Amino acid sequence: MESVMAVVVGALFAASVYMMLRRSLVKLVIGLILLSNAANLLIFTVSGLTRGKPPLIPEGMDLPAGGWADPLPQALILTAIVIGFGVLAFAVVLIRRAYEVVGEDDLDKMRSTDL
Amino acid sequence: MNPEVALPILIPFVAGSLSLVFFRSNAAQRWIGVIGTGALLVSSLVLLYNTWSHGVLVMEMGNWPAPFGIVLVSDLLGAIMTVLAGIMGFAVAVYSLPSISADHETFGYYPLTHLLLAGVCGAFLTGDIFNLYVWVEVLLIASFGLLILGGERGQMEGAVKYVTLNLFSSIMLLAGVGLTYGMTGTLNMADLAVKLPEVENQGLVTVVAMLFLVSFGIKSAAFPLFFWLPASYHTPPVAVSALFAGLLTKVGVYALYRFFTLLFSHDVGYTHELLLWMAGFTMITGVLGAAAHYEMRRILSFHIVSQIGYMIMGLALYTPLALIGGVFYIVHHIIVKANLFLVAGVVYFLRGSYELKEVGGVWHTRPWLGLLFLVPAMSLAGIPPLSGFFGKYMLIRAGVEVESWGIVLVALVVGLLTLFSMVKIWAEAFWKAQPEETGERARRFEAALPQSAVVLMVLPIIGLAAITVFIGLGAQPIYAIANAAAAQLLDSSDYIEAVLGVRP
Repeated sequence: MESVMAVVVGALFAASVYMMLRRSLVKLVIGLILLSNAANLLIFTVSGLTRGKPPLIPEGMDLPAGGWADPLPQALILTAIVIGFGVLAFAVVLIRRAYEVVGEDDLDKMRSTDL
Repeated sequence: MNPEVALPILIPFVAGSLSLVFFRSNAAQRWIGVIGTGALLVSSLVLLYNTWSHGVLVMEMGNWPAPFGIVLVSDLLGAIMTVLAGIMGFAVAVYSLPSISADHETFGYYPLTHLLLAGVCGAFLTGDIFNLYVWVEVLLIASFGLLILGGERGQMEGAVKYVTLNLFSSIMLLAGVGLTYGMTGTLNMADLAVKLPEVENQGLVTVVAMLFLVSFGIKSAAFPLFFWLPASYHTPPVAVSALFAGLLTKVGVYALYRFFTLLFSHDVGYTHELLLWMAGFTMITGVLGAAAHYEMRRILSFHIVSQIGYMIMGLALYTPLALIGGVFYIVHHIIVKANLFLVAGVVYFLRGSYELKEVGGVWHTRPWLGLLFLVPAMSLAGIPPLSGFFGKYMLIRAGVEVESWGIVLVALVVGLLTLFSMVKIWAEAFWKAQPEETGERARRFEAALPQSAVVLMVLPIIGLAAITVFIGLGAQPIYAIANAAAAQLLDSSDYIEAVLGVRP
């Protein structure tokens, strides 16, 4: 299962880089969204995928019986999703506003301050 | 339990929340801005004093013992950086009073500034790598908001590049954090310092180190990842530029110092050699970019890049003297660079332009401003006895000691070219006469500027210039602190003992 996920993560990273290298603003943001999800899946995968073993300790014991799923990566991902959502919401508003001000969707045209 | 460690994070948060409570009253927000950043400065000085006298201070959040909970750790480097954040915050808050326009204030300038300071201090004080990611995001979100205040075309264009590259770097950081957790099962920096050398596959550790290098390289604007900085730093209001110039890239530099001393010092021959090359090219490209430009803020932005090279050089040489020089250089640079932006802002308010071709004659009307410019400018170029001289001297001497002649040559040449840029600004903005074509605008701007505004803008400049002179003339105490900070970086056992309670 981990190897399938690794391929998925790799494909997502590749797709996001491809999208970010396009000139369109909208594709740039799509690339950022894919990138953020790819990183979340990466965290999810590297810590090991464990199915159906909640990290609950039975009464009267110190450790869960048998193996258990690590809850910490999921807490990390949850935080990262919330942060990513906020940042990407900002990015979407930013490209809309940038499009209004510049009147172009083409990143190559956005260099009036670079000249 | 040391509650003072959390204060530099809590104070800006409280001040920012209060500013939101008084969102409709700009006057109240201004007062909260000055008082809040003043309180931050005081609390950070207390923190530095306590760290100096008691050693590394640790606070476990929610009383969860390390390495399971999140810890805040104040070692000397973190405490020094927090003090610098306090100085910057306070100076910029005073400078903002006359220089930030009422619309910018209405759109939340003060709450965002406080949030930025909270994020910066959090990043300096945290002892947990995921928590570091969270603080970096906090300061990034605040910086996005500050960067686009006003919403002009140039700001939008700069912001698109700034936001994209910084988000990319944050996601690299997040991926690095995830992979580190996968390898070691811990996120606590002290615990990682113990467990990373025990990882079986050291090649993988180096790969993860490279992820962090790219991420913090982008954040600190190191070659070849610096392009977002000169594309965006000249677009926001000048007080914001000064705050960014002083603090934001230094979060990246701080993180590089932390990660590549505490965590990734297992393969110094590879990682630090790479850092050394980065440092050299960062210096050269930055200073050449500055030489090519004629807009004050753009020149200064490129000089941030070139100066970052010196700081990374200190880390890359990785000898005690080099690290002392690096820490000393960070202290000097933050003060001086922000001050130069503040002076450039005053020139703008007197002349109505940042273009060197369009301004001039400031020396004839305000000679004291010329003197105030010369202090940070000569310090940046490394003229003795100002602060930059000692930083450069230590770094170059460290380079000579390990016979790394290439980087020594680069550092010397870049120092000379820095002098060229500073003299260019001096000669064009201060010395030459005001060009006739823009004379009308200059007179209008100068007449519209009330005397009280000039006083409020010049006060922080005088304060920062005084600190620069003090660091230069009284280098010994700063050297002593930098020396102790570098010793803590090189021998992490104090840090690890303070956090985990056992000596490694």
